[in-house]
Amino acid sequence: MRVSLNWLRDYVDPVLPPEDLAHRLTLAGFEIKAIEVVGGAWDRVQVGQIREVKPHPNADRLRLVTVSLGERSQTVVCGAPNLNVGDKIAFASVGARLIDGHSGEVAALKPAKIRGVVSEGMVCSEKELGISDSHEGIMVLPGDAPVGTPLRDYLGDTIFDIEVSPNRPDGLSVLGIGREVAALTGQGVRMPGVAYAESETPVASLASVEIVDPELCPRYCASVIEGVRIAPSPEWMQRRLKAAGMRPINNVVDVTNYVMLEYGQPLHAFDYRRLAERKIIVRRARDGEVIVSLDGVERGLNHDMLLICDGREAVAVAGVMGGLDSEVSDVTVSVLLESANFNQAFIRRTSATLGLRSEASLRFEKGLPAELPVPALRRATQLIAETSGGKAASGIIDVYPGRRERQPISLFNGEVGRLLGMDVPVERTRQILESLGFDCEMSAPSEMRVSVPYWRSDVGQSADLVEEVARIIGYDQVPTTVIAAPIPSYEPSPVLLLKERLRDILVACGLQEVITYSLTSLENLKRTMPDLSLPGPMPLRMANPMSREQEYLRTSLRPRLLLTLAQNQRYEDSVKLFEVGRVYLPRSGDLPQEAEALCAVFGGASQERSWRAKEAPVDLFDAKGVAEAVLERLGVDASFVPGEDAGLRRGRCADIVAGGERVGVLGEVHPRVVENFEATGPVYLLEMELDRLLPCVSTGVRYRPLSRFPATVRDIAVVVEAGVRFQSVLDLVRGFPLVSQVTLFDVYQGDQVPQGKKSLAFRVVYQSPTHTLTDEEVNGVQQRMIEALKDKLGAVLRG
Amino acid sequence: MEAVIEKLEEAMANGERELRSVGDAKQLEAWRIRYLGKKSVVMLALRELATLPLEERRRVGARANEVKAALEAQWKQKLDALKEAELAAFVAAESLDVSLPGHPVSLGRLHPTTQTLREVCQVFTGMGFEVVEGPEVEWEYYNFEALNIPRNHPARDMWATLWVDYVDEKGEQRMLLRTHTSPMQIRVMEKRHPPVRVVVPGKVYRYEATDATHEWMFYQIEGLAIDTNITLADLKGTLFEFARRLFGAERKARFRCDYFPFVEPGVEMAVDCFVCKGEGCRLCGNTGWIEILGAGMVHPDVLRRMGCDPAVYSGFAFGMGIERIPMLRYGIDDIRHFYGNDLRFLRQFRG
Repeated sequence: MRVSLNWLRDYVDPVLPPEDLAHRLTLAGFEIKAIEVVGGAWDRVQVGQIREVKPHPNADRLRLVTVSLGERSQTVVCGAPNLNVGDKIAFASVGARLIDGHSGEVAALKPAKIRGVVSEGMVCSEKELGISDSHEGIMVLPGDAPVGTPLRDYLGDTIFDIEVSPNRPDGLSVLGIGREVAALTGQGVRMPGVAYAESETPVASLASVEIVDPELCPRYCASVIEGVRIAPSPEWMQRRLKAAGMRPINNVVDVTNYVMLEYGQPLHAFDYRRLAERKIIVRRARDGEVIVSLDGVERGLNHDMLLICDGREAVAVAGVMGGLDSEVSDVTVSVLLESANFNQAFIRRTSATLGLRSEASLRFEKGLPAELPVPALRRATQLIAETSGGKAASGIIDVYPGRRERQPISLFNGEVGRLLGMDVPVERTRQILESLGFDCEMSAPSEMRVSVPYWRSDVGQSADLVEEVARIIGYDQVPTTVIAAPIPSYEPSPVLLLKERLRDILVACGLQEVITYSLTSLENLKRTMPDLSLPGPMPLRMANPMSREQEYLRTSLRPRLLLTLAQNQRYEDSVKLFEVGRVYLPRSGDLPQEAEALCAVFGGASQERSWRAKEAPVDLFDAKGVAEAVLERLGVDASFVPGEDAGLRRGRCADIVAGGERVGVLGEVHPRVVENFEATGPVYLLEMELDRLLPCVSTGVRYRPLSRFPATVRDIAVVVEAGVRFQSVLDLVRGFPLVSQVTLFDVYQGDQVPQGKKSLAFRVVYQSPTHTLTDEEVNGVQQRMIEALKDKLGAVLRG
Repeated sequence: MEAVIEKLEEAMANGERELRSVGDAKQLEAWRIRYLGKKSVVMLALRELATLPLEERRRVGARANEVKAALEAQWKQKLDALKEAELAAFVAAESLDVSLPGHPVSLGRLHPTTQTLREVCQVFTGMGFEVVEGPEVEWEYYNFEALNIPRNHPARDMWATLWVDYVDEKGEQRMLLRTHTSPMQIRVMEKRHPPVRVVVPGKVYRYEATDATHEWMFYQIEGLAIDTNITLADLKGTLFEFARRLFGAERKARFRCDYFPFVEPGVEMAVDCFVCKGEGCRLCGNTGWIEILGAGMVHPDVLRRMGCDPAVYSGFAFGMGIERIPMLRYGIDDIRHFYGNDLRFLRQFRG
């Protein structure tokens, strides 16, 4: 809402400098987004009067204009077509900063010699002054403009661009803002006069109104003005409309807009003679009915829209836009003026369905009071009669089936203080509320009955009154305290803790965390499968997706993570990423299960390039090392079992099993999947399901005392069939007494061992918690171990 | 007897002289054997003391011990000097080009959003707030209706919504991606009774064209405190403390009246502009202030829906975007960087 301070002065004295007023309004809930100063740059511009217009001696289209500036006069060269002796104009002297009519740039006016005549000054167009885009001719001022006065004093203005919150439709009016200013500065509001002369003809003899659906139209008021002459509206009205950002049209339409801006009540003027049967019927549209709206567009209607009709057909979409046929035009001689109240939700839905949001619908959808149509109608009738020479029929039509009484609100002493945390005396509360137009009455020593003024549709209960008090006092005056009550007890959420720990562990393992979008495309999900089939269940789809890339809720972290990997491989040798986030698994008849998952991907070099280390590509055991680190740090006792996963490469994939459940998977991404994402392979992947992992996490630490007795270390190398898994060797060795640690340090296949065999070398640490081990003891255990390896796994001790 | 003494004096003099020309450990060892070894003059003299008459034994013994101690002391001194010289030579020989880069350690980093969320949560947990999470896919009821935003309410314009293509059998429930974390106010209170203090971080979604300052997915954190005596002053205190901890003590904070359907009175908090310090610039749209969060006292209708009698209980709630915090702090020019996940962006956040 753009509010001109000149206009505002009709109702209230701003008292404060504009910046201070803007600050107060902002704190009180009406945010001033911008302050625009009209005429801020008019330092050397004055009101002048044209005394003489003579032809230019050397040019047909230029004239020499003599302008009186009161004490002096000046002659300049001017090419404008509308130069009339006696007109008041804006005259800029040399040095004035004006906007160039063609380039739009601001420059200081310089003396010029035009076709041999020196011109020191200029008669200005609206565009040159920054008032509008008009540059066809010079701006002609009203006859009452005082010659010689600086133009700023006469035409200058300050415009507040105000952000009005949706609960305050009253703020979408200059009067509404005036009421706020009055309350904030402790003064009253001067209401505009609405008196006008009426003709003998009773309005009821000229038109009738019927409301078919009172639920949707609680009130419909109308007046008729006869004998109007359509012409441009007065200059002062046009100026105010322009300041508010509206385009002047004619004296009738401009009044409806002017009063809408003044009171906040949208009005509509019909060409009275074009209303069939001189009748207004408010009814729902019939399915398939059409209307051509004011903007010339034919619009299809349905039963969920409200229409204003005459005796024959629709003449307006109620509260949204008028129809073209009944529009006020140059030949209009009588006007029926509508000022009505419509159901807010219905208007909102209609304008949304039609894709048509007008200044009127924006106000109606916020809920206007049913009391507002009458004063607004009287004001508009007065202004139309005044500006178009017409005469109003006597009385107004007022059909008001939806009358509702508003109950006063009880405000108990202490309630303001209880919510604000500051003591506000009852008298102060009362004074603030009354300054905003509320009526207060003490119904009991501790209870105030507060009647809400009709324009405050947003106030319905005591908390609303508390806000009124707080915002007028100023939130900056409310003290600053800490919550006095003891801290409520709670148990931290285990899943939340697990997520944070996982992030820390993976970061410590050198992986970069990413957060990717939750929505993806079906194609992307399918790319995670070599055969491009859909993995998992059909994901949930958006009803109004913004793009195909953001159409489905992800059921896996893989697609976005592989995409991110591929994108980053363009710049990076080594890319290791992880995400801890949700996947959304559909459930019938319920919200989806939002399962927390971990996914990590590894691609490119195992380590960053360095001058010492040899470069090696990342491999499965880089990923497994990270998996083991995670499990170790979480105290999860897990094993890696050869597994199957359609998105991973067969034979290079392991299920991570803990507590008898598959808690995750690890493996090389299938080469075709790598290709689907245009990544550079090989790529390895680690995935865990947090719901399954969580029960396996050890909480706390089971402390074991350190052994006071020395350990004995033995290295063993055995040769086994290449197909024997190390895990079986490990399980067997660990099963022997005194074995406290087994570390594999070499795996060898090649010339030194027979074809089809491999050598495994590992270090065994023996230790007893009770005594120092003797060689015999260790030898005994180791002997049995070697025999068992031979019997069970066909292992031969290596040379 | 005099001969023995003379020999000792001679050994002493020779020893001292020869020691001066000893240059390495090997020579020193040879010297030690010669002058302090079993067959050295001093040791022989000491060993043969027993054969001497008492008077001589005393004199010779005393002198022999003196010579031995003196030679030993000089030997020790020489030994130390040699070691010192050797170490110095070793140190001088083994210098490295310290300008060579170190061997790289893979450094993982948390996403800047995670870093910020942790910092924010820490501030609030320090004030007794519990961290909880909730669903991102929500029913229309929790996201809107329960928060005083019925269908066709004009305030719905404040939250452009991504709807899930879902048809409820009864046609009553519509599913959506939550547009704010506020639905958790209702969910939290379905399971708890006052006193309650929670913060709820999480993803939220908007049906919105993206640009440098708008993203369709972002993070918010919601706060809710309900008890018998929670006031607007408490809300101010809590949020001022938050602003002080996150943005620094020199930052000014401003509270103004604002409208959110589920709070009354409603609040917007702003901090003075990071760039112009309140003078007015492009970042703050010439206002000198940057809005960082919306808040207010929980609306009585919402309290009732939570099962709390507004005559007994009161509470405050707040909600704020997370990405805005690092954007303001570090001057990040485009919110789309956050979930574009370019490593060249992410790596700059060291935390």
